[in-house]
Amino acid sequence: MNFLSNLISGLSLGSIYALIALGYTMVYGIAKMLNFAHGDIIMVGAFATIVFINNLGLPMIVGVLLSVVVCVVVGVLVERIAYKPLRSSPPLSVLITAIGVSYFLQSLAQVIFGTNQKNFPKFIEITPVHINELTIKGESIVTMTVTFSLMVALSLFISKTKIGKAMRAVSEDKQAAELMGISVNKTITITFAIGSALASVAGSFYGLTYGFIGPYSGSMPGIKAFVAAVFGGIGSIPGAMLGGILLGIIENLAKAYVSTELSDAIVFGVLIVVLLVKPTGLLGKKTNEKV
Amino acid sequence: MALRHKASRKMVSLPTRAIIPEGDVDKRPILETHHLGIDFGGLTAVDDLTLAVGPTEICGLIGPNGAGKTTVFNLLTSVYQPTRGTILIDGYDTKGKTSAQVNKLGIARTFQNIRLFSNMSVIDNVKIGLHNNVRTNILSSFTHSFGYSNVEKVAEQRARELLSFFGMDNLRNTQAGALPYGAQRRLEIVRALATNPGILLLDEPAAGMNPSETVELMENIRRIRDTFQIAVMLIEHDMNLVMGICEGICVLNYGKIIAKGTPDEIKANPKVIEAYLGKKAGN
Amino acid sequence: MKNKFLGDMKKTTKNNIFTLAICFIAFCVVTTMIMTGSASRHMKSLLVPICINIILTVSLNLVIGFLGELSLGHAGFMSVGAYTGCLFSIYFEEILPIIVRLPLAILFGGLCAAVFGIIVGVPVLRLKGDYLAIVTLAFGEILRSVMINLEFTGGASGLKGTPQDSSFNLGFICVVITLILIMNLVDSKHGRAIMALRDNSIAASAVGINTNKYKLMVFTISAFFAGVAGVIYGHNYSIVTAGTFDYNKSIEILVMVVLGGIGNIRGSVISATFITILPEMLRGYALDDYRMLIYAVVLIVMMLLGTSEKFMFLRYKFSPKRLWSKTKNEVKLRKENI
Repeated sequence: MNFLSNLISGLSLGSIYALIALGYTMVYGIAKMLNFAHGDIIMVGAFATIVFINNLGLPMIVGVLLSVVVCVVVGVLVERIAYKPLRSSPPLSVLITAIGVSYFLQSLAQVIFGTNQKNFPKFIEITPVHINELTIKGESIVTMTVTFSLMVALSLFISKTKIGKAMRAVSEDKQAAELMGISVNKTITITFAIGSALASVAGSFYGLTYGFIGPYSGSMPGIKAFVAAVFGGIGSIPGAMLGGILLGIIENLAKAYVSTELSDAIVFGVLIVVLLVKPTGLLGKKTNEKV
Repeated sequence: MALRHKASRKMVSLPTRAIIPEGDVDKRPILETHHLGIDFGGLTAVDDLTLAVGPTEICGLIGPNGAGKTTVFNLLTSVYQPTRGTILIDGYDTKGKTSAQVNKLGIARTFQNIRLFSNMSVIDNVKIGLHNNVRTNILSSFTHSFGYSNVEKVAEQRARELLSFFGMDNLRNTQAGALPYGAQRRLEIVRALATNPGILLLDEPAAGMNPSETVELMENIRRIRDTFQIAVMLIEHDMNLVMGICEGICVLNYGKIIAKGTPDEIKANPKVIEAYLGKKAGN
Repeated sequence: MKNKFLGDMKKTTKNNIFTLAICFIAFCVVTTMIMTGSASRHMKSLLVPICINIILTVSLNLVIGFLGELSLGHAGFMSVGAYTGCLFSIYFEEILPIIVRLPLAILFGGLCAAVFGIIVGVPVLRLKGDYLAIVTLAFGEILRSVMINLEFTGGASGLKGTPQDSSFNLGFICVVITLILIMNLVDSKHGRAIMALRDNSIAASAVGINTNKYKLMVFTISAFFAGVAGVIYGHNYSIVTAGTFDYNKSIEILVMVVLGGIGNIRGSVISATFITILPEMLRGYALDDYRMLIYAVVLIVMMLLGTSEKFMFLRYKFSPKRLWSKTKNEVKLRKENI
């Protein structure tokens, strides 16, 4: 039974990773850039939630939703100011700019909130569910419910709506999409907005899971989510979901049965093995260069 | 001498028939394929391809779009590994070899969509072609001694010789990517020749060229054969070029050879006409 | 004006000599300052880190600029060098005199890192682009986690007791040797093969270049020099903790490479120096709180100025070089248009 509860808390952590990984993979698929600052959006979202709920005393739902708004604004601003002028630059310069944005957000948070970690409000109090000997934490249930419904909503959005279609078109071929009358810039902005919104929600649940948030709290989940996105095949939306969930489960099981210190090493080790067997990730498309 | 010279191949009286009929083995062909085939998933791109190219022939590989011509080149140069059949280059089986190893056996190629080292100078492109013909070790590269300057001198000289052969010596310090289109195509040929091949594969060398450039290209191809005494195999859609310089032609359709022979035979072959123009109505 | 000796040389050779000359001049200036006592303690403490960062940046540039692959695990190789080199020095401190021990430690650390370069390089050969980048990052993180959990590396508290043998002179010598070796390599048959791989691996393979061999070679060489930098690092601070070598360190080196110009060795030297000094320069000006913030802004602005099309145009328009030779350029442009 212990194994099962570990599995479930892994699933809960994994669904958070999946939400973040979705942002990575969508931005990668559409703008062809690795948005290294994406992890720090989580931190921004979590801090915003703290401010809205703790400092302003807003109700839980309002606080979380407002933090989503904050993150969307930050994400879109970052895209407009830092990434848009570099659209036709070499990918490495964009990567470095993203790293610069990441440093910027971290140090800004440090200036505003100080270096110390802040307590995250326990904004949801649900009693754990007991099924025989199996105990499921209330947070896990809420986390999984929210994240999974968000993932379903996103999938529907991408596959059914006009904007979703435009996003897919841009990720296939920017030029062709532009010629078909799709505004590439607008689509990229929307992608950033969606990615940031998901990251904000992920930030709230991450804070809920760990209880503390500091200026650098976003970087490790950010890296893990990046790994998850690559794991599933970067650019692939189902891949990001699968990768995130698997990563969370592997990490939790490694923590429970091997060693807490080595859990990261195990996660990365699994990633390497997967990539060696499937060089483009679990669900990534194999791209053959035409000769 | 740092330059490696391949054992000079036997001179062959010209013209020979490009597609040597089976059984005609008085001269060892530079390239042979036997029942070569490749499948991509369920699709058979090339099937049962058997041909031979004499040591100093110019032969053409033609066929409608999508017939599998470039795939044949990719098979010959080990970009793809064949599903069936064998390829012999200068008598050596290429099975399981990488492109680089196959190149060392004596096959060099150009690409349909130009693939130059575009950030490097023209002469460096040619020097890279000379890579396996200049022998140095990594230590000399690190220290620029132990024969480094000697080897560089030899490479420089040879590269300039080759460039001069195509009248490109004056462009040697230009960045390859900045060259005009025609010059880029020529540079690709020079680079391929620098590897000291026994057979040169040209993938649509005349694509995008105007008639006068095409005439010059035909002249160049003949000069390559006569000077270097090597075989040339080319894919081309320009029938004037193909009929003008090829001694033998192989026509491919749907991955299969539908005709082999001299230009005159090919011109008269009803199957070829059908492949290009479709069946006559009511026939 | 045209020196006959210089006139005969290749452009790259001239460039390399110029780079080395800059280093020598900087070295002479700094040494003079130290001797006359006008260098502050703070400045002196930065000298060895600058050398370390130059070696790291130049060696990473070999992978990024010349091989054209993104590596995010450079700090991992550095840590291997630091640990092995320091352990070597700790064991042999009593046995060998410093003049023998230190070069051997550097060589040993470099070679151990190179071995790890091969270990990382072999699987990485199958991967390309971002997948390769993430695997190098993963390797770096695994190395770090393992180092923290090992006994002989001192665990999380770090490896202590390395003799503090690093000095600016040692750092400078290592920088010069690194520069000469790497610049020579780039300007050679092997360097050309590496760059051919970067520009078009299919074409490189078609002209007979063994792509796997050269990829592996670059990873190994780059790891070797990262290891050397690690050894100097260990002998500078005397304590080596695994936490130093996380992916942030790798990213810091990457920033230096990109800022200096991908494939530009002189740029690497300059940007490594600049980036090492920059955060320290901001220290103590009542800006301490905003130090990293300013650093981040500078980084973003520099990237925008350096590579954005719009800013590139502005930069070109107002560049002194262009204004100086305006007429010449215009003639050239007109010619190109025809």
